[in-house]
Amino acid sequence: MTQGISLRYATIAAIVFGFVLPFAIPNPYYQQVIVDGYITAIAVYGLNIILGFAGQLSLGHAAFFGVGAYAVALLTTRANLPFWPALLIGCVLTGIGGYLVGAVSLRTRGHYFAIFTAAIGVMVTIVLTNWQWLTNGNIGIVGIPSPPPIGPISFDSPIPRYELVYVFLLVAIGVCAAIRYSLFGRTLLALAGNEDLARAVGVDVTRAKRLAFLVATVLAGLAGGLYAMYVGFLGPETTQTDVSFNMLLYAIVGGLGTISGPIVGTLLLATLAQSLQAFEKYRMLVFGPLLILLVVYLPGGITSAVDRLRAKTRRALPARSVSAATSPLDVRPLPVESEVS
Amino acid sequence: MHFFLQEVLNGLVLGSIYALVALGLALVYGTMGIPNFAHGHLYMLGAYAAFAAITALHAPYWPAMLLAILALAALGALVERVVFRPLRNAPEVNTIMAAIGLLFFLEAVARAIWGSDFRVLPTPYDSVVSIFGLTATQQQLIVIVAAAVLMAALFWFLKKTLVGSTIEAVAQSRAGASLVGIDPDRVATLVFAISAGLAAAAATLIASINLIFPEMGFVVLLKAFAVIVLGGMGSIPGAIVGAFVLAFAESFSAAYISTSYQDVVAFGLLVLILTFRPTGLFTSNA
Repeated sequence: MTQGISLRYATIAAIVFGFVLPFAIPNPYYQQVIVDGYITAIAVYGLNIILGFAGQLSLGHAAFFGVGAYAVALLTTRANLPFWPALLIGCVLTGIGGYLVGAVSLRTRGHYFAIFTAAIGVMVTIVLTNWQWLTNGNIGIVGIPSPPPIGPISFDSPIPRYELVYVFLLVAIGVCAAIRYSLFGRTLLALAGNEDLARAVGVDVTRAKRLAFLVATVLAGLAGGLYAMYVGFLGPETTQTDVSFNMLLYAIVGGLGTISGPIVGTLLLATLAQSLQAFEKYRMLVFGPLLILLVVYLPGGITSAVDRLRAKTRRALPARSVSAATSPLDVRPLPVESEVS
Repeated sequence: MHFFLQEVLNGLVLGSIYALVALGLALVYGTMGIPNFAHGHLYMLGAYAAFAAITALHAPYWPAMLLAILALAALGALVERVVFRPLRNAPEVNTIMAAIGLLFFLEAVARAIWGSDFRVLPTPYDSVVSIFGLTATQQQLIVIVAAAVLMAALFWFLKKTLVGSTIEAVAQSRAGASLVGIDPDRVATLVFAISAGLAAAAATLIASINLIFPEMGFVVLLKAFAVIVLGGMGSIPGAIVGAFVLAFAESFSAAYISTSYQDVVAFGLLVLILTFRPTGLFTSNA
């Protein structure tokens, strides 16, 4: 019980810390690195829902990021729509795309689903590159405007822009947490553990997977829309398979199926990559083997390792290690029974 | 008509390459049940290995290809041992994620050694020949003939030799193969070595016609997946038929529709098949 309360205080402290962070780090370059990390993390939270909870490996996540980004970019620059309705339409469009792709792709399972979504991702990149009159091809779209001010808050300076993205990050984390602790979330974990068994006990597996994919793609689209606004220009390379793979890397390093994993993994690796910019080309020499080692030896990622350590030192069962253990990455049996008694 | 036949020739060249790459992927999937998402990157490294043998070691063309095949076979065996064997009992999703870690690494290695520039493999066979009124480079004919020889050799090896039949035995039943004294681990290593070797051969053959660059692997991988989904996952004859079907579809759509959307054919086909047959064509409904 006391642990639940301390966890609540820690969460509130972390949220407040996020709000005041840009005042502690006035350097706009560092702020930009962090905001880039936040935007990616929003998409990674989407991946966390479809992969971490539902156990379906989507390799085309960046395509949906791209749909949201291009929708916002085109609506604000060509249709002269303000940012807010453009972002809303972008999310709706991504959701429609996600629903349609999910409806057909989720009929497949395992590697077929991975191949299917990878093919969708590559096709989206090809279309965005070649559909010249709409997307400007490889040149991309420039001059994407800032959001119009809300009351006295103008979004032309770095700190309000930071807070704007940060609020959306909190929304993404909130959505992820709400799903995790709902019946829907438990349904997803059940079908990730054993889809046939879940189906046999009466879970509407198809519906649950489609809904998870829909939420996942809308979060990717939201991240894309924010990216287009924040960076101000956009090209088809934002939708490449590499981007999807990077999101996967961040999710796994942080810890699939956990609430804090995506933000931890993304911020850690994104800031590491930024600080080692001279090694940008070679960073995968380290991250590639790291990913393999994690999948083989520590499938729950960093957060599960921290949880396991805490569980050892406190001899108590932290709630989060359960989610890590039931993620599709973990092949070990659940530690729940033995540790509770 | 002449234009049509020229496209048939292009389709044959492309299909030969797709067949060699897809055969390796199908062999590993059929025997081990592993969808090797790093296969395209082994193909990419095969091209670079041949490139290094020719430019740095000044090896002639055929010894360079042999070196590339041997180097990649060794790498394939190593990869099986280090990456895929520890994950044998892990969920399939984990195997795919580890393969993605591997392809990240292989691409970074290629970039660290050879940079990001486009390369062309020098070939002594770049003169143009004319057969039945069609023009082809010698290299194009070599691709078709060499691929046919390699495929025939693979068939002979799998069907007529003792070692080859151990592969088929493991593919049919891992437990059964163990019972009659076959070591499935050795077969796994062997299969990965053959698979990577075939990819290196394919890459060396086409690298004088197409370009070599570190990112070339993933598109080739997805096309090879399209081929084996088309031909039935894990089926060897199916992979060959699928390769030529895809290659002809691609070269004709490039010729008669548009070259910029040529790659969409393969992925569109893949998506279409999986939409209507979620477990692929020619697979019993499981």
